Amino acid sequence: MKRLLKGGRVVDPVNGIDGIRDVLIDGEHIARVARDLPVDGAAVIEVAGGLVVCPGLIDMHVHLREPGQEHKETVATGTASAVAGGFTAVACMPNTSPVNDNANVTSYILAKAAEAGLARVYPIGAVSRGSKGELLADIGDLRQAGCVAITDDGHPVATALLMRRALEYAGMFDMPVIEHCEDPSLKGDGVAHEGFHAAALGLRGIPGAAEALGAERGILLAELTGSAFHVAHMSARPSLRAVRRGKDAGIRVTCEVAPHHFTLTDEALTAPIPYDTNTKMNPPLREAADRDAMVQGIVDGSVDAIATDHAPHHYDEKKVEFDRAPFGIVGLETAVPLVFDRLVHTGLIRLARVIELMSINPAKILRVAGGTLSEGAPADITILAPDLKVRIEASRLRSRSKNTPFDGWQLRGGVAATIVGGRTVFTNGEVALNV
Amino acid sequence: MNPPVKTDVEVPALAPTLRSRHLLGIADMMPEEISLVLDTAVAMKEIGSRSVKKVPALRGKTVVNLFFEPSTRTRTSFEIAEKRLSADTLNVAIATSSVVKGETLADTALNLEAMQPDMIVLRHSSSGTCHLLSRICRSAIINAGDGTHEHPTQALLDAFTIRERKKQLAGLKVAIIGDLLHSRVLRSNIHLLTKMGADVWVCGPPTLIPTDIRRFGVQVTSYVNEAVSGADVVMLLRIQLERMEGAYFPSLREYFNLFGMTEARLRLAKTDVMIMHPGPMNRGVEIASEVADGPYSVILDQVANGVAVRMAVLYLLAGGAKDEEAA
Repeated sequence: MKRLLKGGRVVDPVNGIDGIRDVLIDGEHIARVARDLPVDGAAVIEVAGGLVVCPGLIDMHVHLREPGQEHKETVATGTASAVAGGFTAVACMPNTSPVNDNANVTSYILAKAAEAGLARVYPIGAVSRGSKGELLADIGDLRQAGCVAITDDGHPVATALLMRRALEYAGMFDMPVIEHCEDPSLKGDGVAHEGFHAAALGLRGIPGAAEALGAERGILLAELTGSAFHVAHMSARPSLRAVRRGKDAGIRVTCEVAPHHFTLTDEALTAPIPYDTNTKMNPPLREAADRDAMVQGIVDGSVDAIATDHAPHHYDEKKVEFDRAPFGIVGLETAVPLVFDRLVHTGLIRLARVIELMSINPAKILRVAGGTLSEGAPADITILAPDLKVRIEASRLRSRSKNTPFDGWQLRGGVAATIVGGRTVFTNGEVALNV
Repeated sequence: MNPPVKTDVEVPALAPTLRSRHLLGIADMMPEEISLVLDTAVAMKEIGSRSVKKVPALRGKTVVNLFFEPSTRTRTSFEIAEKRLSADTLNVAIATSSVVKGETLADTALNLEAMQPDMIVLRHSSSGTCHLLSRICRSAIINAGDGTHEHPTQALLDAFTIRERKKQLAGLKVAIIGDLLHSRVLRSNIHLLTKMGADVWVCGPPTLIPTDIRRFGVQVTSYVNEAVSGADVVMLLRIQLERMEGAYFPSLREYFNLFGMTEARLRLAKTDVMIMHPGPMNRGVEIASEVADGPYSVILDQVANGVAVRMAVLYLLAGGAKDEEAA
């Protein structure tokens, strides 16, 4: 079956396209992108003026919580949240219960994803068995079962030696090692960024240096091993400096930044709701200079990807004392509005850069399909509505969990529709579009 | 001379009530509100000097003292204050060690609430718990110490004690010395003293100084002589023995040598200096016994004044004079 997306502004930086084009989908793949394509029996989808047709967005850092923590999220609810947020693919972290450190868990996740039939799911396997930091997981098995990278996310890889081995070994499969960068002794039992606000509120601090030490370690070992190292959810100035130096030295290092880290600062701990546990995440919301540095890194190209670190938690788990609450917030459905509102409409970056950060580079880093509307590529397409007025309402999120600090925020920019493998898996009722 | 107070309390006319239903911290209070509490406490203190130490101000009100942390001084002080105001009081002490398996704080609070108390006095080891309860409970929440955040009634009783001797807080040099990082007393005192115009100096080893504490409008030093020099008030904060394990300082002996308040160091202060300590004291660590027991020490006055100040807080949060007239 053929479908023709007609009249939208197509942004496909890989092919140097930014203009009004038609996109012809044949079955699961892109057939052609050109001006005024003939209908030729295809089902026509009129894309309204002002909407943007682009390669499907890929979130390379989400927690789908299944198996084991289905009260927070499932593969089905998480991918529903993903497609509502404009993501055609997500890479899911292995800190499930049991940990995704073997092919059975990987296969289970993939089976659940196929059953849901929404976003593509790329499992990420554990570096170490049980993510305990002792023995390597069966990385070859994980690779064969479908894992695209390895990480002990939630925690850093326990020792420099294990990180070295993981990089060397994963290098054989050309898989990157993704690191939750953190020096455990410096992080200690900290719960918030070590700064004025944590000091005023009496919250134990986590300095940016704790993250930077982890980033520096990984970059040094990437240099030693020649393998690919990826800094997850970067938040601190010294980490960004380390990444820049590594890139300048030709070391294979990449990094991602989460929307909350380019939007919020640690001031959110104090206001509008003091001690709101939805402002508690790890790495923590940092001070303004760090937030501004992350924005600068996004603008100047030092940052490779925007990833949400979507971390659903049940409201019971968040409705506790601040220091007892789990780290993390949901992010899949708030990412696009925040990117538009904070980065695009402010004139900091152009749409082509958004596609690079949220589609092209994640695909490159994970060595997965996507990032382009080239002929023959999978028809994974996001239709963005840059001027849509969006009001974030936690209670209406598709995610099973509602833990967001952005409840009630009014933002400009949203998602009109999401197409995965030629199938429309999400349409936004607030945008006139006949997909 | 104060005129004798009859059965009820005369409330100063300046600010008739507190803006908030809760006392979560000094950070939220305006100077006028602080003065209101201190002025009200003057009248409350008089009640404690009578042979019949009871007024009916909180008759029919139920106050729950919900303590998740061991406390002798603060809990008994609140309890006496409540009883002198004729409130019905209930003490609930819960060990936090088993909290992982047990009921959540929110559920505990909501269960107590179902029995319709008017106020909850909360002490908890986690910062921000009073804010949490204020969002989910109807009762007025009084912070009796939350984690390392605030201990507002301690700062109020400290201010009351200073004011008794020095008449006013503005312009006084107040040196606060000890474990600044882990002290809720410090945070409440910084807010209160800076709001009231005092010249606040804080002093401790760099390992125990909170990040960016200067932004509170205080002078920071790790040289104790600099802090004490010319001080009107020297306030010592407790050094917890377990801090050595966190490598905050090498030994209690070295701490005492560098920061301990001795008679020799005290000579740098004003001749009428006041020595204060929120308790419990570690003699020979943050304070030499000769200083604690010496003529400048007002440590027991602080304890005595705690009752009057807590009576004032309870009274004002219960609605003060207005409510009674309506009743």
